[in-house]
Amino acid sequence: MEHETLANLVIDNKEDGLFRVHRQAFTNPDLLAFEQRRVFENTWIYAGHTSEIPQPGDFRARRVAGRPVILVRGTDGAVRVLLNTCTHRGAQVCREASGNANTFQCFYHAWTFNNQGDLIGVPGDDAYSEAFDRRDLGLGAPPRVEDYRGFVFISFNADIEPLVEYLAGAREYLDLICDQSEVGMEVVTGTQAYSMRANWKLLVENSMDGYHARTTHQRYFDYLVESGVDVSRMKTRRGGRGKALGNGHAVIQSEPVWGRPIARWSPEFGEAKRAELEQMQRDYEARFGAEWAYRITQTSRNLLIFPNLIINDIMAITIRTFFPVSPDYLEINAWALAPSDESPQDRALRLDHFLTFLGPGGYATPDDVEALESCQLGYLNREIEWNDLSRGMKRAEPEITDELQMRAFWRQWHTLMLRTQTAATPLRRPIAV
Amino acid sequence: MVATVSHITRSDVEDFLYEEAALLDEWRLREWLELTTEDATYEVPSTDVPDGNPQDTLFIIADNADRLRMRVDQLLGKSAWAENPPSRTRRMISNVRIRSVEGDTLCVTANFVVYRLRSGHIDTYIGRYEYTLVHRDGGLKIRHRKAILDLEALQPHGKVSIIL
Repeated sequence: MEHETLANLVIDNKEDGLFRVHRQAFTNPDLLAFEQRRVFENTWIYAGHTSEIPQPGDFRARRVAGRPVILVRGTDGAVRVLLNTCTHRGAQVCREASGNANTFQCFYHAWTFNNQGDLIGVPGDDAYSEAFDRRDLGLGAPPRVEDYRGFVFISFNADIEPLVEYLAGAREYLDLICDQSEVGMEVVTGTQAYSMRANWKLLVENSMDGYHARTTHQRYFDYLVESGVDVSRMKTRRGGRGKALGNGHAVIQSEPVWGRPIARWSPEFGEAKRAELEQMQRDYEARFGAEWAYRITQTSRNLLIFPNLIINDIMAITIRTFFPVSPDYLEINAWALAPSDESPQDRALRLDHFLTFLGPGGYATPDDVEALESCQLGYLNREIEWNDLSRGMKRAEPEITDELQMRAFWRQWHTLMLRTQTAATPLRRPIAV
Repeated sequence: MVATVSHITRSDVEDFLYEEAALLDEWRLREWLELTTEDATYEVPSTDVPDGNPQDTLFIIADNADRLRMRVDQLLGKSAWAENPPSRTRRMISNVRIRSVEGDTLCVTANFVVYRLRSGHIDTYIGRYEYTLVHRDGGLKIRHRKAILDLEALQPHGKVSIIL
């Protein structure tokens, strides 16, 4: 694609307060190769959570940024991300989705790697010359792997800034989530692996869209009303805000009408939980002070870590990451995140609240899938060229029903797509976090 | 129907499951709900942990009777956009087996393929059912219904917006 074509995909008219995205951004197949190089290989991409691999030898094999990788805790206790391809002739060395292993043996010719990626076994190794050195043939790895409070990210840009700097203003919002447990948060067993017949960037937008809540999710609000919630409160809550957090990250945060397991009571929880949740809030106040505790317990947040990690801390916490297979098809992995020291009863309640809204069988997410798939079908009308994302552009403090958070994403996306010089991506030996 | 559960045959159970499938395919969801007990549960585990427990494992669906009733109300209302307009579906039920009988309760398993046709796509849900059925007033009712998917992921299905 020509530079000029890319440049014209986004109109950011701050003077008039108009923001437009060309629908080619969602439909053009040539764009994917640019996105792969200029966006996905120039950023930090979420790979998993350290709680998914608690013991030495624990591993998860999954796709990250379109690549089969192994998230593994080595025998040395360190967490690594290994590229799941034999350095001999390419077969995947790990063909189970999860487990515990000291070694990964390629079934093709029995080359064997330890769980730190070193090549430790080559049948018939007397057949090789002196130039053949096992130390050059360990499993590959992304050049950078770092974690922030258990969230493991990889980057194919060897020179990218440290993760903690990259997170910029999003770090604070991750802290609001991670501070919910003194001991640490954990990913709950059970992956929601699903998809949408839509462009991945539509899901970025949808995941932090306050404007669609009452309409697209009417049936969820009907559930709240039937449970005794006063949804008219939505209009009078303390100021919800959409914010740009730097580097393309964004968030919407507000006092929700629904309850929060930590720690905001609401009728759908049942009267019996009220005292416990109020005490929980006081406990957080004692630990963190009133303001931080208020933010943790009384507000929901939909957080984007650019480019493709969404963490929604709403009526439960979901981690959602997704990747384009084609311009009109994306695949998603979603999990529930929870305090690791949560009681079994609280865990059960949390998962129940999760499913009232979230996930491909909930009362809400299926209607989001429907909405985005409908948009993608609408884009077949090529003559309608532009999406409008101007809501709140002239407001000093945009609200959650405005579109500032989407504009933050698009501005960063556009900046990266126009950057013609991308860093080299030499693969290195696996590094531990 | 027969008077006592020990005389319920596989053929009786198949008739029941075929009737259930017809009600669901015809979107006669209120009548379908009447096949469930007042304490019924309906579960669809996540694709990577088919034998999990919804108390400690993330599922796709884990409804108690109230939430199941709400689900039916939503699907028959206007605002379940994923099923408004409703999809065409066709359920194929086979390999029906009575696994155990205790008092008035039967444990039944079956295989399913459920086709969902919408917007030019055919999404095929493949899996097996585990039912707990109770014999009551000369007929069968569903106390527990679990649809365990064999799919590795809801790809390209994207959702389970029907009663699976």
